[in-house]
Amino acid sequence: MIAGINIYEILSLTSILFFIGVYGFVTRENLITVLLSIELILNAAAVNFVLINTYLYPDLLQGAIFSIFIIALAAAETALAIAIIINLYKLIYSVEVKDTETMKY
Amino acid sequence: MDFNYTILIPLIPLALFVILGIFSKKIPPSISGWIGSIGLGTTFVLSWYTAYTYFLGGKVDGVYQTFIYKYTWLNFTDNLHIDMGVLIDPISVMMLVVVSTISFMVHLYSRGYMKGDDGYTRFFSYLALFSFSMFGLVLATNLFQMYIFWELVGVSSFLLIGYYYTKPSAVAAAKKAFIVTRFADLGFLIGILLVSYYAGTFDFQEINNLQGSIITSWAATSFMGLSVFTWGLILIYMGGIGKSAMMPFHIWLPDAMEGPTPVSALIHAATMVVAGVYLVARLFPAFYFVEDGFALQIVAYIGAISSLVAAVIAITQTDIKRVLAFSTMSQIGYMMLALGVSKYDGHEGLGFMASMFHLFTHAMFKALLFLAAGSVIHVVHSNYLKDMGGLRKYMPITNITFLIAALSIAGFPGFAGFFSKDEILAAAYENNMLIYVSSVIVAGLTAFYIFRLYFGIFWGKNKEYEHTPHESPWSMTVPMLFLAFMSIAGGYFHFSEYISADKIPFQSHLDIPLAAIATSIGLVGIILAFIFYKKENNLPERFAQSFGVFYKWTYHKFYFDELYLFITKKILFGVVGFSAAWFDKYIVDGTMIGIGNVTVAISNKIKGLQSGKFQDYAMSFIGGSVVIAMVIFYLWIN
Repeated sequence: MIAGINIYEILSLTSILFFIGVYGFVTRENLITVLLSIELILNAAAVNFVLINTYLYPDLLQGAIFSIFIIALAAAETALAIAIIINLYKLIYSVEVKDTETMKY
Repeated sequence: MDFNYTILIPLIPLALFVILGIFSKKIPPSISGWIGSIGLGTTFVLSWYTAYTYFLGGKVDGVYQTFIYKYTWLNFTDNLHIDMGVLIDPISVMMLVVVSTISFMVHLYSRGYMKGDDGYTRFFSYLALFSFSMFGLVLATNLFQMYIFWELVGVSSFLLIGYYYTKPSAVAAAKKAFIVTRFADLGFLIGILLVSYYAGTFDFQEINNLQGSIITSWAATSFMGLSVFTWGLILIYMGGIGKSAMMPFHIWLPDAMEGPTPVSALIHAATMVVAGVYLVARLFPAFYFVEDGFALQIVAYIGAISSLVAAVIAITQTDIKRVLAFSTMSQIGYMMLALGVSKYDGHEGLGFMASMFHLFTHAMFKALLFLAAGSVIHVVHSNYLKDMGGLRKYMPITNITFLIAALSIAGFPGFAGFFSKDEILAAAYENNMLIYVSSVIVAGLTAFYIFRLYFGIFWGKNKEYEHTPHESPWSMTVPMLFLAFMSIAGGYFHFSEYISADKIPFQSHLDIPLAAIATSIGLVGIILAFIFYKKENNLPERFAQSFGVFYKWTYHKFYFDELYLFITKKILFGVVGFSAAWFDKYIVDGTMIGIGNVTVAISNKIKGLQSGKFQDYAMSFIGGSVVIAMVIFYLWIN
């Protein structure tokens, strides 16, 4: 419970955060910024977990613990994605999304 | 009585074939000829010994017994099994004698005739293969075994016709012989399947059993107004028509003369081409009793027509081997019609005996005619009458032997052909006047064309030869002399004592009035030939001109070849083949290509979806999620 702040206001915040992430994921041209967008999406989800735990089930802790899981997961995922991006750069000297199209073959 | 040693008769030539075939490059020609001759000599002795013991002691209560030695080769079910074995009865023993005698003589003869030829050993191995197949055919205990060997003789015939494989005409002739007989054998196979399916057996003994299922209950199953067994027998006979060069499958026989002459003597005169006659004789009780002999009527008429047509064609041919080929066809027609007019019991079965008798004597004198013709060709290096003439001075033995064979085939009294032909005419006279008249005409034509040949080769014009002709070596003349002896002595066997439709010996006598008619007609033919061809004159040409169109038709063999070419080239290849090709190209292939094209077009249209841009994929994913979410939301609020 945060005094003076309605649950809908925070849900609006996380929704905005989520859709900014989605928009960024779809439109960014640089792989690093795409990765940043993924972080935004994940963070929106994590905030939602904490939020719903706090407002709906104040005596439980699962939501908060899940958000910690998400942070850990995001860290691992970022490490992996960065590794891929670095290898890709070694291969094609580029981190542009449009240069990765040939990977479909 | 034990005849199980007769299995050696086919096995010896098989061994020869394997040995000579595998080591054809290693064995020098001088030895391979001897190996072949000695091997066939052994079968010759064995066959005559078999005939001697069988015909002297093979009777029980006056009926010739049938000896069968067989083992089951392929066992499918209790009813359906294919046996291999040896069947000894009067006609198979008689055929053993014919095949082994002619084959032995031809082996001896070929040692001289083929001397210096490149494929000498190969030639003898083929001859051995043929002898093996022919013995197997003769001794077959069931239809299927006969069919197997039937095809094997076809293959050996193919190999031997195409022996000079560098000569395009020989290759074409071999192909033609094989395809035509193979086409006829298709009927044979269907016939075998029909008969064996409804009778439940391949076995000759059971098919011919007078108390058996076929003969007692042929009327049980019918198809289009005829018993299925009649259909089966007609189809089986179709195989016989092809092999025996009857109308309308006779077109391969004249071309088969491209093979070496000994081959023509062995295969295309004496043995293989009479396989059709033997087949009908082998199934004679079935042919006679099923549908009251309907199939046998067909045998008779096809035989009669073939003998007449072939005799007419033989008159105008200029290639001496072709004359002999048509003569063979004509004489086989005789055998067929004799079988066709025959009845079953006792003296009524005269035609059956006459047919087998004529088969025997014909084998001797026709093989001799071919060997003598070969001897002439060997010297003159040409097949054509125009290149010959006056040879009697140079080749006395060939002259005499040819004359004996010619008198024999012309039915001159005292020679073998006279006796057998008389029996055939007597059988025809008793049963079918139309066929009798045509046979008498054929007898006259036969005498004419064979003496046209004789006078044309050995008398006629005195030709100048590049090399002075000389008599052939002993290796060739000795077999000819033996066959000349047989061409006379063969007629003095009392065939009716040995061979009859019901296997019971009966007495047959010369029918003097009929013999007199046939002989006088034959003499007329001989005298005409004498007037026409003894000295070179312009009578034959004037005669030919007076016949005009008919002569031209006959000279071109009644355009049978052209007819077949028209049917195959224009109708089969042109219409059926063309439309089938069109169907294949545009309908079958078109469908497949169309399906392929549609698939390619669709994939071209949709392959843009897989762009490789992961952001596009994400867009689709998000769009899809949104749509699903909206659907769920919509359902939820309702």
